[in-house]
Amino acid sequence: MGEAIVITSGKGGVGKTTTSANIGTALALMEKKVCLIDTDIGLRNLDVIMGLENRIIYDIVDVIEGRCKLKQALIRDKRFEFLSLLPAAQTSDKTAVTSEGMKEIITELKQEYDYIIIDCPAGIEQGYQNAVAGADRAIVVTTPEKASVRDADRIIGLLEKEEMMESPRLVINRIRNHMMKSGDMIDVDDIVQLLSIDLIGIVIDDEEVIKASNKGEPVALTPNSKASIAYRNIARRILGESVPLQSLEDEKGMFQRVKEFFRMGS
Amino acid sequence: MLDKKQLVTIKGTREGLILFIDEACSFNEAITELHDKINSSKPKPDEPIVSVTVKLGNRYLKTEQEERLREIISTENRFEIYAIESDVVLKDDALRWKENSEVKIVNQIIRSGQVLNITGDLLLIGDVNPGGKVIATGNVYIMGNLYGIAHAGVNGDHNTFIIASYMKPTQLRIANYISRAPDYESEGVYMECGLIDEEQDKIIIDRLQVLARKRLELNGFERRIQNG
Repeated sequence: MGEAIVITSGKGGVGKTTTSANIGTALALMEKKVCLIDTDIGLRNLDVIMGLENRIIYDIVDVIEGRCKLKQALIRDKRFEFLSLLPAAQTSDKTAVTSEGMKEIITELKQEYDYIIIDCPAGIEQGYQNAVAGADRAIVVTTPEKASVRDADRIIGLLEKEEMMESPRLVINRIRNHMMKSGDMIDVDDIVQLLSIDLIGIVIDDEEVIKASNKGEPVALTPNSKASIAYRNIARRILGESVPLQSLEDEKGMFQRVKEFFRMGS
Repeated sequence: MLDKKQLVTIKGTREGLILFIDEACSFNEAITELHDKINSSKPKPDEPIVSVTVKLGNRYLKTEQEERLREIISTENRFEIYAIESDVVLKDDALRWKENSEVKIVNQIIRSGQVLNITGDLLLIGDVNPGGKVIATGNVYIMGNLYGIAHAGVNGDHNTFIIASYMKPTQLRIANYISRAPDYESEGVYMECGLIDEEQDKIIIDRLQVLARKRLELNGFERRIQNG
């Protein structure tokens, strides 16, 4: 029996879809069976970031309205055998999706997969309700900005009212270390203290993420970038491992180290 | 006729007249007798105004009955009603009193978009995050951080106040007064209280010690009951 995790944030543009794609990919890297669901009807992106856009034949609305079987709509990832994507509809009427329909789909997927990652649309309307309906737990994504933290707080309040759901966990995305140091960005500790939920990962603002997304290959696949390691750590924490938080400091180059050595002497 | 028990007894004291109304007879009987008694002793227009306290014993007056009583005593006389005292209260009134004077304990984080509405005093164990709001008819005590909005004395009680372990509110509201955070970035304060300063006619934030001087009734347990 699998576990359904919804990735949500309230505010748009904080990296829900990127986080969904990368957590899914990282879990697949650890040989878990993963299914990604895009619930952002009308503005689907997850397929683009996964590089699976050209394979879509049926979508989630087709499944709910009975035009195809769930298995037919699932797209197998080109890199992993046990990573699938259920894409959102791009054109259909979004009122077709209901909480009940979502619950049915997720229950069916849970038989087959270890993890079902649900990418939630921005906002707190019906789309959010649908995405949350079948989930067992939630991961809230925020960035170190006031507006984003405020919306995360709002979403956590709503999630806490949801029955049958474990306490949500937090991912802080797009951290810029130099701004956080200078106090221009809200500190990780301050965010955690305000939202008072468990932190499951911090992800640095990394250019590699944008490059990878544009190529249709989630950054979690590239082994060396900081963001990739951050996403893999999140996946490990989902599996129950205890992994220390990534250091925000940049690796120092040789030149920098020599410079510091001489400064120490003077 | 003489041995008939008097329904209305009038007693004079230094503070004024005390009017005892028999608690067992019907209201109409009492009113008739009262009417007669008062009319028989018409005062002269130059007499000073006398204050009257009405004691009802175990009788409860409905609003319209009370109005009638006031009408009879006050019109065409130099009487002024000081108080109408009854030993009984309605169960509903009593419960409302209790509700209004109780401290309600809530253990929760009030997050953005959430509103907590309380009758009586609120003791919140947890934070009020930005965008969150707590409202109470009495005082607000917050054991946690107040970043959002707190409203004390929502029904208009000017003597209520707001206390928080750490205070950096978006707004403080007490009765019909509102104060907001300054537009510049500011530090919050620890263990302070917000209350209405009558002289400045606005909400001030001050150390907790001032409460001991400015809100004396806080030490009394039955303060609300006494205030009515």
